[in-house]
Amino acid sequence: MTSGASRSAATPLAAPAAISLIGVGKSYPSGTQALDGLDLVVRQGEFLALLGPSGCGKSTALRIMAGLAAPSSGTVERHIGAADGASIGFVFQEPTLMPWARVAANVRLPLDLAGVGRAEARRRAEEMIERVGLAGFGRAYPRELSGGMRMRVSLARALVTRPHLLLMDEPFAALDEITRFRLNDDLLALRAAFGCTIAFVTHSTYESVYLADRIVVMSGRPGRVTDEIVVEAPGPRTAAFRGTAGYAEQCRRAFAAVAGAAAASEPR
Amino acid sequence: MRLGHGARILSWAMPVLAFAGALLAWDLVVRLNGIPPFILPAPALVAATLVSDWPILSASLWVTLRTTLEALVVATAGGVALAVVFAQSRWIALSFYPFAVILQVTPIIAIAPLLLIYLSPDAAVLTCAFVVAFFPVLSNTLAGLTSVDPNLRDLFRLNRASRLAELLRLRIPAALPSFLVGLRIAGGLALIGAIVAEIAAGSSGQGSGLAYRIVEAGYRLNVPRMFAALALISIAGVVIYGSLALLSHVLLRRWHDSTVARDG
Ligand SMILES: Nc1ncnc2c1ncn2[C@@H]1O[C@H](COP(=O)(O)OP(=O)(O)OP(=O)(O)O)[C@@H](O)[C@H]1O
Ligand SMILES: [Mg+2]
Repeated sequence: MTSGASRSAATPLAAPAAISLIGVGKSYPSGTQALDGLDLVVRQGEFLALLGPSGCGKSTALRIMAGLAAPSSGTVERHIGAADGASIGFVFQEPTLMPWARVAANVRLPLDLAGVGRAEARRRAEEMIERVGLAGFGRAYPRELSGGMRMRVSLARALVTRPHLLLMDEPFAALDEITRFRLNDDLLALRAAFGCTIAFVTHSTYESVYLADRIVVMSGRPGRVTDEIVVEAPGPRTAAFRGTAGYAEQCRRAFAAVAGAAAASEPR
Repeated sequence: MRLGHGARILSWAMPVLAFAGALLAWDLVVRLNGIPPFILPAPALVAATLVSDWPILSASLWVTLRTTLEALVVATAGGVALAVVFAQSRWIALSFYPFAVILQVTPIIAIAPLLLIYLSPDAAVLTCAFVVAFFPVLSNTLAGLTSVDPNLRDLFRLNRASRLAELLRLRIPAALPSFLVGLRIAGGLALIGAIVAEIAAGSSGQGSGLAYRIVEAGYRLNVPRMFAALALISIAGVVIYGSLALLSHVLLRRWHDSTVARDG
C-alpha cells in the first residue's frame, strides 16, 4: 500500500495526536476502494474540517475513526481511550433520533446504555438539553421539532457523555443558511465550554474556514489527503470574521484546493 | 384537505345514509317483486330473526368469537416470539422461514380435513384460525425488526449496547408500527380461518359456531337465519378490525407519521 498523501503545509499545531490514521485503506465488499493510504492525524483540542468532493471517502474515514468500520489496511491509533460512546460522540448527517422517544430520552440514550444511574442520567441529559438551547423541550417528541432543533438534540446526545472527540458528518448540510450559521456559532461556544476535539466533515468551504483550525482536503477514487490549510483567524470567530478579507481569501484557497481535488477524483 | 365541523359531520353522515339507502333498495326489491322470504328475506325480517333467534345465535357468536380471539392471541405471541428469534440469527431465519411460507400459501380449507382427523373439532378449528393469523404477524414483525435505521444501529454499536439492549430499546419500538399492521391483518384472517374451519367441521356434523349455524340453516332452507348469522359475522369482523385500528392509533399517535394530522 503506497501512500498517496502529500502535504502542502507542515502541521504547526504541536499538540499530541488524539487519533491517527496511518496508511489506512478501505475497500468495500462491492469492490469499491473507498480509501487508499490515508494519513490523517486529529490533534488534541483542535477543530479539524474534512473537506472534499462527494464520494471521496470522508464518511468512511470518520466511521473508521469511530471504530464503526474496520480499515482493510493500515493502522488506527487512538490516544483517547477505547472507541466507545464515553470517549467519542458521533453526529450524523440526519438527526437520527428515535421517533418513539421524547427528547430527554433521546439525549439520555448513551448514558442509559452505559449503565449510568437513572437520576444522574436524567440530570445530565437535562443540563445538556439546556446547553444546546432547548430548555423546556425535554418532553417533546422529535416530530414536534424543526430540523434545526432536531439537530440540536442530536448534538446534545453526542455531547452528553462529555466525549474527548466529537465526530460530525455533514451535520448541518440539510439546514437553511440562517439556522446553519446559528448552529455554527453555538457549536463553537459548546466546544469552548467543553474543550473537546472535533473532526467535522463538510462540503462547504465557507463553513470549514469559519469553524476549523485546520482543513484537510481529500480527493477520491481512492480517498486520500491532497491538501491541508491552516486557518488563521486573528480575532474570535463571529459574524464579523465572515466579513474580513482574510476569511474571503482563505475561502478562495480552500475552494481552489477542493476544485483541484475534485478534478483529481474524476473517473478516468 | 382540512375538514371543518360541517364536513366532519358529513363524513359520518354520508356512509350512514348510503348504508340506509342500500337497505331501502333491498327492501324495495323484495317488496316490489314479491320475493318469498326463503329466497331473499327483507332486511326487517333479518332483523326480526336476529332478535327471535338471539339465544341460539348469540351462543354461536360467542363460540366463534372465542375461537377467533384465542387464535389471535396465540398467533400474536407465537408470531412475535418467532420474529424475535429470526431477527437474532440470519441462519435460523433462512432455515425456517420457508416453513412459515409453505404454511401460509397452502389454502387453509385444504388443510382443515386433515386437522379434523388428527385433532378434536374444537382444537382443529382453533388451529386453522391460528395458522392463517400467524403469518402476517410473523412477517410484518420480522420486517419491522430488521429494517431499523442503520445510523441508529451504529449509534447503539458505538455505545456498546448489548444485543438485549438493542432489541428492547431499538428493534422492538422500531418494529411496533409494522407489527400493528400485521396484527390488524391477522385479526381479520383469524375470523376467516375460524369460519372456514367451522364449515369444514360443520359438514361432518360437529361444532356450534356461526358458520355451523349457516350450514345448518341452509339445510333447512331457513334463509332468514342464514342472513342473520351472516350479519353477525360481518359485524364481528368490523368490530375486530375497528378495535385493532384503535389500538394502533392509541399506541402510535404521539410519534408515528402514519397518525400525523397533516391538516390539523
Ligand atoms: N457500505 C458501502 N458499501 C459499498 N460502497 C460504499 C459503502 N459506503 C461507501 N461506499 C463507497 O465508498 C466511497 C466513499 O464513500 P463515503 O460515503 O465515505 O464518501 P463521502 O466522502 O462521505 O461522500 P459524501 O460527501 O457524498 O457523503 C464511495 O464511492 C461510496 O460509493
Ligand atoms: Mg458522507
